[in-house]
Amino acid sequence: MKYPLTIAAIALAALMPPAEAAALRESGDPLDSARWSDMQKAFLAGAPVLFDPRVKVIAPSTAENPMQVPVTVDATALPGVAEVVVFADFNPIVQVLRFFPEDAPAFLGFRVKLQQSTPVRAAVRTADGVWHVGGTWVNTVGGGCTAPSAAGGSKEWQQRLNEVSGRQWSDGPNAGRLRMRIVHPMDTGLVAGTPAFFLEEINFADAAGKRLMRVQTYEPVSENPVFTLQRVSADGPVEATGRDNNGNAFTARIDQ
Amino acid sequence: MKRLLGVLLLLVAGQLQAVDFDYRLSARPIAKNVYAFIGKTEDFTTDNGGNIVNTAFIVAPQGVIVIDSGPSLRYGQQMRRAIAAVTAKPIALVINTHHHPDHFLGNQAFADLPIAALAETRDGIAADGNAFAENLYRMSGDWMKGTEVQLPGRTLSAGIVEVAGRRLRLVALDGHTGADLVVVDAASGVVFAGDLAFNGRAPTTPHADVGHWLKALDQLEALTRETGFKVLLPGHGVPSADAGPIRQTRAWLTWLSAAMRSAAKDGLDMNDVLARPLPAEFARLPVAASEYRRSVGHLFPAAELQALGAKP
Repeated sequence: MKYPLTIAAIALAALMPPAEAAALRESGDPLDSARWSDMQKAFLAGAPVLFDPRVKVIAPSTAENPMQVPVTVDATALPGVAEVVVFADFNPIVQVLRFFPEDAPAFLGFRVKLQQSTPVRAAVRTADGVWHVGGTWVNTVGGGCTAPSAAGGSKEWQQRLNEVSGRQWSDGPNAGRLRMRIVHPMDTGLVAGTPAFFLEEINFADAAGKRLMRVQTYEPVSENPVFTLQRVSADGPVEATGRDNNGNAFTARIDQ
Repeated sequence: MKRLLGVLLLLVAGQLQAVDFDYRLSARPIAKNVYAFIGKTEDFTTDNGGNIVNTAFIVAPQGVIVIDSGPSLRYGQQMRRAIAAVTAKPIALVINTHHHPDHFLGNQAFADLPIAALAETRDGIAADGNAFAENLYRMSGDWMKGTEVQLPGRTLSAGIVEVAGRRLRLVALDGHTGADLVVVDAASGVVFAGDLAFNGRAPTTPHADVGHWLKALDQLEALTRETGFKVLLPGHGVPSADAGPIRQTRAWLTWLSAAMRSAAKDGLDMNDVLARPLPAEFARLPVAASEYRRSVGHLFPAAELQALGAKP
């Protein structure tokens, strides 16, 4: 089915390669999910929406481990990205995270817990107020959100809570890349007897104190989260700061 | 119109044939008085019903020794009938080599007989058996009907045992899972390798410790150099008269773990690793692409931890 595009979208399409322009549309969920209209109401209410192939959401079509499904959001082909919201239509907790790229490109890798097969989407708000939406289906056997965290079975995490490890790469094919892992159970609150306990905010800043990216994380982010960022250039150490919903804060320096 | 009906009938008949739940097991002699049921080198599907595994039996002087029981109750029952077609001797013992579902979910068909495994295998079946069975219902469908976990009642340990007048050497290794039993039948020269060795199929790694597995492969290869060795029966793929399957499995695991380490060291994200092409020598193995994807999920996080300087 063909849908008419508004003048703005037509203008946008004119600037894109023909294959991508053909995929651009304002309605008719390309992932054909029954939950799309609810998602649109919840996250993008009232604002113009464009399904846009320049928003790349990379995830395996079949998840081997529903507790650790790798997701990479790459919206670097879009200019003027202000905010990215990531959600999974059929998850019991749909909102996964939000990130606000400042001095770093609109690129973030992370892992999520998925309860059942679902679209995983990124909606990217550009400076003009338009939400550009991309996504992919992930098939999974389930159990991701209602299965206990591994930390639930041991006491060790309490001593290591918010312990950060990480690295930056200054040369090679992944120059400018930063990867960071934080010890945190990321409990969803959906397991009987275990309250929701999760990281809420992480900020990345360069040595001069300039913010690279702010990330708001929610319950579905996997236990012991691992993040992958891309800097324009790996120029000096990065300071990561953050806190969880119980007010436990952390500050860590990530060197090259 | 008549022709169309005929075509439709043929189609329906074809469908029926596909779902008669007959694994068509035929005992293949692999050495004197030793037989194997060789499964397909595929993943579990509703077409193969989970017949992707090798099971075997030894016709010993006073009875039959069964090694692994297959992926379902139906498989176990059909296996039992296929054994009875070869020998009238009673089954003396069923051995489970390790705690993966395609190797023990046929146990129910042998519930009236002694079933034995290493202690860790028994514990593994008790802990994970139901989840495994659930997963196979999802992948193999109605072939699994009625299948439930039947725990081994006897515990084996490494050493020489005498069963039904046959001396067996039990070698307790690990690496593919936490406990992998190798059975050496000196009388026939057969080494039953379980899933420590894969032949012409990409190895599976959901519970693997690759370092331990590689050590186990060295020990397994040493068994094939002993005098009297004739046949190696891998857990998946055709039997072999030499250590070929061991070398194949070693090559895959060595490449896989080195690939995980270098990817982590280069700063790759899990999705980058998943997108990497397989080297040609491994890409041509059956189910290589899907096993690689699964293995990235199993093995990359540990390599990543090391590259990021995190404590395990």
